[in-house]
Amino acid sequence: MRFRSELKNYQQESHYFRMRLWVAGLLMLVCFGILAARMFHLQMTRHEHFHTLAESNRISLVPIQPNRGMILDKNGVILAHNFFVYSLEITPARVKDVEETVNQLAELVSIDALDRKRFKKIMSESEEFESIPLRTHLNETEAARFAVNRYRFPGVEIKSRLFRHYPQGPLGSHLVGYIGRINDKDIENLKESGQLSNYKGSDHIGKTGLEQYYESTLHGKTGFKQVEVDSGGHAVRVLSSTPPIPGNNLILSVDSKLQKIGEDAFGDRRGALVAINPRNGEVLAYVSMPTFDSNLFVGGIDTENWKLLNESLDKPLINRPLRGIYPPGSTFKPFIALAGLEAGKRLPPFSIKDPGFFTLPGNRHRYRDWKPEGHGVVDMQKAITISCDTFFYGLAHEMGIHAMTDFVRHFGFGQKSGIDISGELEGLLPTPEWKKRRWNQPWYPGETVIFGIGQGYMLSTPMQLAQATAIFANNGVAMKPRLVASIQDARNDSIRPVEPIIVDRIELHPENVAIVRKGMEDVTLPGGTAVAVGAGAPYTVAAKTGTAQVVGIKQGEKYDASKLDERHRDHALFIAYAPADDPKIALAVIVENGGGGGATAGPIARKVIDYYLLGKEPAPIETAAATPAAATPVTAVNPATPATTGDHPHD
Amino acid sequence: MIERLLNRLLKHIDGFLMGTIVMTLLLGLFVLYSASGESTGRMTAQLTNISVALVVMWVAANIPPQHLQRVALPLYLLGLVLLLGVAMFGEITNGARRWLDLGVARIQPSELMKIAVPMMLAWYFAKREESLQLADYAIAAIFLAVPAAFILKQPDLGTTLLIVGSGVFVIYLAGFSWKLILALAATFAALAPVLWSLLHDYQRRRIIILFDPHQDPLGAGYHTIQASIAIGSGGLAGKGWLNGTQSQLDFIPERTTDFILAVFGEEFGLLGNLFLLLLFTLIIGRGMFIAAQAQNTFCRLLAGSITLTFFTYAFVNIGMVSGILPVVGVPLPLISYGGTSLVTLMLGFGILMSIQTHKKLVAT
Repeated sequence: MRFRSELKNYQQESHYFRMRLWVAGLLMLVCFGILAARMFHLQMTRHEHFHTLAESNRISLVPIQPNRGMILDKNGVILAHNFFVYSLEITPARVKDVEETVNQLAELVSIDALDRKRFKKIMSESEEFESIPLRTHLNETEAARFAVNRYRFPGVEIKSRLFRHYPQGPLGSHLVGYIGRINDKDIENLKESGQLSNYKGSDHIGKTGLEQYYESTLHGKTGFKQVEVDSGGHAVRVLSSTPPIPGNNLILSVDSKLQKIGEDAFGDRRGALVAINPRNGEVLAYVSMPTFDSNLFVGGIDTENWKLLNESLDKPLINRPLRGIYPPGSTFKPFIALAGLEAGKRLPPFSIKDPGFFTLPGNRHRYRDWKPEGHGVVDMQKAITISCDTFFYGLAHEMGIHAMTDFVRHFGFGQKSGIDISGELEGLLPTPEWKKRRWNQPWYPGETVIFGIGQGYMLSTPMQLAQATAIFANNGVAMKPRLVASIQDARNDSIRPVEPIIVDRIELHPENVAIVRKGMEDVTLPGGTAVAVGAGAPYTVAAKTGTAQVVGIKQGEKYDASKLDERHRDHALFIAYAPADDPKIALAVIVENGGGGGATAGPIARKVIDYYLLGKEPAPIETAAATPAAATPVTAVNPATPATTGDHPHD
Repeated sequence: MIERLLNRLLKHIDGFLMGTIVMTLLLGLFVLYSASGESTGRMTAQLTNISVALVVMWVAANIPPQHLQRVALPLYLLGLVLLLGVAMFGEITNGARRWLDLGVARIQPSELMKIAVPMMLAWYFAKREESLQLADYAIAAIFLAVPAAFILKQPDLGTTLLIVGSGVFVIYLAGFSWKLILALAATFAALAPVLWSLLHDYQRRRIIILFDPHQDPLGAGYHTIQASIAIGSGGLAGKGWLNGTQSQLDFIPERTTDFILAVFGEEFGLLGNLFLLLLFTLIIGRGMFIAAQAQNTFCRLLAGSITLTFFTYAFVNIGMVSGILPVVGVPLPLISYGGTSLVTLMLGFGILMSIQTHKKLVAT
């Protein structure tokens, strides 16, 4: 191998060196050419792409939470509204030692054990980088004290948050419902309904009651601010903004005063009351007792309160009007009566001589009447008034189960009423087909017999009973029940009424309706099973009492010995409408373990009807009435009224 | 009187080179003002850096090349000792051991080697000029490999690359056979997998990310992606000085140092980039001219190597910021904030000027 550099010739060597330089120079030009081409590619060919990326880097959409709509009663009394509160919040991802931070914060603002518990619970359910409220409703002094010490607490902020508040506290909590923090399941649901983007700025959503059912009406439309942000996500300036559209207000058909009277009438009893305007389906009162304070749930309920509510033997969290299922008992009789009459059976002047029991042909088993000695001669009207079991045993047997179920289904039994609250149960309208399917057992004729008096497998909710009563009161025209009477547009305050909806028109013969109504009217007259309810009333009340054995709500596993007896008592049921000749209110009342329907449930109904029709408020002393022994809460009206006979437990 | 003083002052300054360098430095100050968020502190510091670097350049320009030739070996040996010192007593910053605290000052010996290595090789080839053997190239390669190994171990991939480059350029310019160059290139290609296994994890990740930055958009790929977005969104004419959103809103990491080109590209667009490439080309062209005109082998090789190294700086930095080369720590020459590399670069330019101006003197 011969090396060029071995050449001694200076000229030649220099020439050779220059050639090497030229090669290097060319190579460098090529390299710079590549760079120029790369720049051209980035800055010309793909400019649009990178421009978009740069814009999306710098521009961030910050959601602006809309003001949630209010819930008002028919007179404008606020049941749910919002206000701004200072909330002390921690972002766990930005805090080294959460526990220690909380302790240090406790020296500045008062943080009690419940706050800590609630904070821990929410923290365990949230992502690290979410801002979690530790203390809400800070007053000005506390906010100022924190602001001064703020530098000591990176990752802790005071935020001004819209807070949902239920000024009436526990009043109507089951109908108003509550909002709670959005959880994974809510997100899933929002995704499905395509609503997720509208919840970018929200951390609460309706969980129960009207708050949940009317979520889309109440929530409003989230607004957006276009802000320029730096790489750390800090807003530098606002570029543009689209204001949020506030949620609309709900104006209910419920009168909070009437609601209060209804709730108070229960005293410390458990149960439900639903009152409906039969003409248009407006729900006038929606009582589920006991109630709870909806405000507990807004900031996330702490474990202690949750335990208290959830494990209470009284089951305050159950929405009884829709989810309490009870055998309707004798309150079912008017509907069976109408079924019979419409089928051409037991038309006047038909009557039976009641021996106090009924037997199926070829069977010696006695289906006993509640009155062992029998009621004597009983026609249809009287059978309703005195609640004659024997009469209905015979009618039920003669009609057969299908004829009865087919008829009463039109009154809403065995199906959802369609009221504007979710979670409604269907109850149960039993048929041989259902029994075969459910239990794989044959239907016995005896089961048809007791169906005639609302016993056996038959189950209904208080809502269904109220709705059935309303349909009957409205001569068979079924109106869709609803709590919201109108919706108020939050932007211009214009009010859009919710139009009544007729869901069914049952063809009934007026003379048959008249027979049943007369029978029901007599219930509240001397000789009926709820004399006290009608006593002294300036209007006529058509009613029916009932009793149901304890099966509706399962008892808790823990038994409180002192309450055991009380809780094994039968449920008292009562349906009524008034005035009987021009019904303005139809209702159903259930008092759990209340014994006879006329004695405990009736007086509650009376108070509600009195206020609704007459504007008469119950005397203060009576708000604590309806104790098991209270026979005649209406004595204030007419002290001379004889005691009610009460209804009876069936076997 | 003043004219004479000025004459004396500028006697060894190459006008063309000086002009293009000053233009580039001024451009750099503009970009830095924007990139630093209009920080006067940064500006003052950089002006100080530039002043020091200019003095260093002036001094170097006034030292005749034959003096440089004489100190080449001692300088190289001193560099090696210091590198050894770094390896044993060096301070660790950012996971790398690069600095040596001498009590009076903290120095980065690897920077010294950027000049000492090409000087050493140029000196060696000049010395062996009369009887150059194949073995001499091997010896030169060892002179190069030893400091390179130390610096790679620190680890400092960027500096290693520049030093190896400066040495290889000398070897290339000294006339290393084309056939062997091709043979070595082929060998290197064959050995690439082995070299791959010798790289640090973070170095490997950088190379992987180069090919697919979106693999780790918030981690190792973040630099590349954000720089591409900045440059790409600049378009033809750029968003205007101080108006780069990527730059001003802090999306570009290290935007005053290694990634300053992203700021420049975003605010001055393609036209700005082409202008910068033009400036660099002029500087390189002048360097090549000086090398070609140089009188002896030492000057030729040194001037050529300095010029090619400057090119390497520019190419590697622009290539890495625009996403066609892996991210290695090489600043944009004459533009990036920082004193150390600027002083080294200007020292190189001073040597170029010395070679050019002293030659003239001899010639007349």
